[in-house]
Amino acid sequence: MPDLLDRYPLTAGTYHEMLQSDGSVRPHWRRLFERLQRMTPAQLNHRQALLARQIQENGVTYNVYADPKGADRPWELDLLPNLIDASEWDALAEGVAQRATLLNAVLADLYGPQHLLSKGLLPPELVYGHSHFLWPCQGIQPPGGIYLHVYAVDLARTPDGRWWVTADRTQAPSGAGYALENRQIVSRAFPDLYRDLQVRHLTGFFRTLQETLSRLAPHGHEAPLVVVLTPGRFNESYFEHLYLARQLGFPLVEGGDLTVRDATVYLKTLGGLRRVHAILRRLDDVFCDPLELRTDSALGVPGLLQAVRLGRVLVANALGSGVLESPGLLGFLPKVNEHLFGEPLKLPSVATWWCGEPPVMDQALQKLDSLVFRAAFTSQSFAPVFGRDLSAKRRQALVERIQGRPYAYVAQEIAQLSQAPVWQADAGVLLPRAIGMRVYAVASEDGYRVLPGGLTRVAGMADAEVIAMQRGGASKDTWVLGEGAGGLEQWRAQRTLGLSDLVRRDPYLPSRVVENLFWFGRYCERCDGIARLLRIILARYVEDDDPQALAGAVALAERLKLLPEEGDLQSRLLVALLDPGWAFSLHANLRSLHGAAAQVRGKLSRENWHALVELQRDVETLDGDTPALGEVLDFLNRLLMSLAALSGFALDDMTRDEGWRFLMVGRRIERLQTLSTSLAAFVRQPAAFEAPNLGWLLELGNSSITYRSRYLAEPQLIPVLDLLLLDDQNPHAVLFQIKLLGSSLRRLADDLSTPRDKTLKPLIERLGHFDLGTLEYSLFGVASTQAVLEGLAELLGDIVEASARISDRLALRHFAHVDGVSHGTVSV
Amino acid sequence: MKHARYHVHHETHYQYSSTVSLAQQLAHLWPRPCAWQLCREQQLVVAPLPSQRTDGFDVFGNPLTRLAFERPHDALAVTAQLVVDVLAREARDFSASPAWEVARAALSYSSAPVGPDLLKACRFRFESPYVRLKKNFVAFADSCFPPGRPLLEGAQALMEKIFAEFTFDHTATQVATPLLEVLQQRRGVCQDFAHLMLACLRARGLAARYVSGYLLTQPPAGKPRLVGADASHAWVSVFCPVSGWVDFDPTNNVQPSLEHITLAWGRDFSDVSPLRGVILGGGHHDPEVRVTVIPVG
Repeated sequence: MPDLLDRYPLTAGTYHEMLQSDGSVRPHWRRLFERLQRMTPAQLNHRQALLARQIQENGVTYNVYADPKGADRPWELDLLPNLIDASEWDALAEGVAQRATLLNAVLADLYGPQHLLSKGLLPPELVYGHSHFLWPCQGIQPPGGIYLHVYAVDLARTPDGRWWVTADRTQAPSGAGYALENRQIVSRAFPDLYRDLQVRHLTGFFRTLQETLSRLAPHGHEAPLVVVLTPGRFNESYFEHLYLARQLGFPLVEGGDLTVRDATVYLKTLGGLRRVHAILRRLDDVFCDPLELRTDSALGVPGLLQAVRLGRVLVANALGSGVLESPGLLGFLPKVNEHLFGEPLKLPSVATWWCGEPPVMDQALQKLDSLVFRAAFTSQSFAPVFGRDLSAKRRQALVERIQGRPYAYVAQEIAQLSQAPVWQADAGVLLPRAIGMRVYAVASEDGYRVLPGGLTRVAGMADAEVIAMQRGGASKDTWVLGEGAGGLEQWRAQRTLGLSDLVRRDPYLPSRVVENLFWFGRYCERCDGIARLLRIILARYVEDDDPQALAGAVALAERLKLLPEEGDLQSRLLVALLDPGWAFSLHANLRSLHGAAAQVRGKLSRENWHALVELQRDVETLDGDTPALGEVLDFLNRLLMSLAALSGFALDDMTRDEGWRFLMVGRRIERLQTLSTSLAAFVRQPAAFEAPNLGWLLELGNSSITYRSRYLAEPQLIPVLDLLLLDDQNPHAVLFQIKLLGSSLRRLADDLSTPRDKTLKPLIERLGHFDLGTLEYSLFGVASTQAVLEGLAELLGDIVEASARISDRLALRHFAHVDGVSHGTVSV
Repeated sequence: MKHARYHVHHETHYQYSSTVSLAQQLAHLWPRPCAWQLCREQQLVVAPLPSQRTDGFDVFGNPLTRLAFERPHDALAVTAQLVVDVLAREARDFSASPAWEVARAALSYSSAPVGPDLLKACRFRFESPYVRLKKNFVAFADSCFPPGRPLLEGAQALMEKIFAEFTFDHTATQVATPLLEVLQQRRGVCQDFAHLMLACLRARGLAARYVSGYLLTQPPAGKPRLVGADASHAWVSVFCPVSGWVDFDPTNNVQPSLEHITLAWGRDFSDVSPLRGVILGGGHHDPEVRVTVIPVG
């Protein structure tokens, strides 16, 4: 293969991770480099493609807030890991651990005696002036004196080869889950190399996190219940929250799943309230308690702070820890470390001028051209400004702005980032890209442990100076070489589980998840029903050869309120199918389906979720102005297949716990309603009993094939009704569904020790006694046939009503405490 | 008169349009202990009976009552009854206070150790939820703070300016009306004027806190005092490195003395709201508040 480094510029004054200044490959990169040289571009592309597929299959996404579609963007991962030599890493890790220890001590001081402020070691401006310094947390002592359970630091390597701190992440550091996911994927792309290089494993870090949270949680004699608190599925790193919760084995909850009673935190589960002992939060602390912190937060748990104050629950990281995420502090930390621990800080940080001291501000303004100016506080709306990019006018405005409130600004040296190789698939060469690295530490019984590796972030462009995932960068796995255990990582190497540990159901299923499973089930069936009826109409409209059947189907759709009233048939049909703004349209219902599914993503298998995403993508592509009707028909065919696949997943792919039972009850209630409503409406239109109408009725009940194979004849009323009403072996017959619903409800009631619902029993009996013979021997003529059919329609109406009552009762009994959003009140 | 005694009755009543199933409330309704004020009797009556009630202090030293209601309820009534003695405060010579720039420098970081009073004052120098610092507030108060002017004279001038240029109008604003809007409309209530004065002082680097309390309002001559006509009040306290904290009431253009009863202080209204909470359910619920301040003896 041609030289990999053909287009790899070796700019002077830049540190290259892979190359020495003379252009030769650094020793710890040689194995990987030689390996790459032996491969053809096609092979490398193949691996990159495998990797991309893996990401898609694993559902690794990163949401971009500003994206109007709120789309899940696939996570971008480069094929090549960044390599770090063992001895270099050990020194770096020591520095990170030291820094974590220091920052924990600073938090303990700031939320305690504040000696650092009174001694003049830290400016009050950077603490009291920061909206993330939470006054209500002052004086709270967390279990074990640990404020920072997880800490992350952003590092950049300067031309001299040293790693410098660019930012501290103390609030709720994100990315460790992505690092783990990256590892799983990249190590499989180069399994032999991964083994040979003895790359250090990441899993110990997550095990330590589990242990720390369980150990520090105030759980008394109970088994500790730890939950992961997420802001919800619209958060940029929701995937990571899901992934971490799964890896750690902790339930993933939202604020609304928790409640505080008597200063104690509980999880609302199907089985009632369960005490929560620790919360690993991915929610910024100001949003955590609308009672005492930001009162406009709908994401938090009212009363949480008091539970923390009284030591009833552990929150990690401690509420208020975000105060340390100010770049203004960087310059003060070396002295603070000397003061608290009597030793120098091992990791240098990027040169920073905090403008709160007049002489420092003057210095910074003098060398404005070579610095980048930032807000000291996250609450400010001020994006970083590079001095050299400014016109004279904007320069003056910047100076005035800083002089107006100097303590709110810092200036920093522009970090020259090091470069690492990325594989450029289209060009078939390696290219250098600027990188930064986020490294994580976790509190353990004996000090901080550093994750051996981390999230290497890659700039979108070669000379980028700012790396942020929000701005479209990619990531790399980070391999720390040597003295690893060798072999692929054991993902769940824990203590041996014995018979006494066996668990057969999820005891911590939040009620919200169960409710959404129920609605997921209902919407699947609802979409199926709507799609079938509209397909019947659309197909006959397009073929235009059976006006009688078309009129009959349209009449039914009108009775079921599935067609809007205004306009010609074609435009009414298109609205009914594709207009998300019409509440009863197929599109609107598919969105509801997706909304419910997104709430229960943690309960769905990868394949199941993937099928849902495909389905959603399909409907969104049809959004155009006036799609061709044939195209829409194709879409409906695909949609019904996808919905059938979802039904298969539900039957074959999910554990049959209470959540699953609710899903199935939801499906059955919905199908029973659709069938009964349709049949009732149908039998009330005696003119419709002709073969063409009966034909599409069979299609609606998905029973055409069964009918044909049984009767080899045109559809006729009595056998069609038998098949769709009374056949207790046909899953699209009313009797089949109502019996199944009855037994599902019985099972659910028994599992949850609630009283059995007796609503359905008399209806099943009435339906079972319905005699089709009365239609055949209509002794008293047409009038009596109509009376019989009217009686049948009434019975079906009663079934619809009963199933609606059952649905309401289930909601009231099991989800009532889910409903309702807390809101604030204030009086003067 | 060297002191005055008052009987204060502060009633807050919520009638919810739908049942509240769970509620938590924080009450700042007991007067904080301070040198010029003595609380002789105090009582807080809550209906329905809360599931939990905890009396303690908040981080700024104000008495704070936490209430939790875990049973469904359709109404909430919280009534505070106080008997308070207010003592006259020492008069200060504003012209003898240090120049405002000197006060600002004393409050700014210099890497030297900071005494406890100064450090405490620093808590009240920065942005807080209702007091965002914008350059408009610097400009508004420029005429009050010419170079070298004694701090307290400047504060007095600012109080006078707000009093002169703003109209008291309880229909003009709500609790959440942003200060810039208040500045533009030139209308508001005592909370707005207090917040505005805080913003003007803090935006130029000075320390000032929000004081919540009551004010004895005089009935018009010849008319009886209306029960409930009085309201809870708010004013401002400015930190002077020499004299300590000095109160100013921009709503009335007076220096609080025997007619102001202090309840609590904090960075702004959000720290010391008389009653604030989070409820589950409730529907529509505008509170009815009645405050009566009656001189005793």
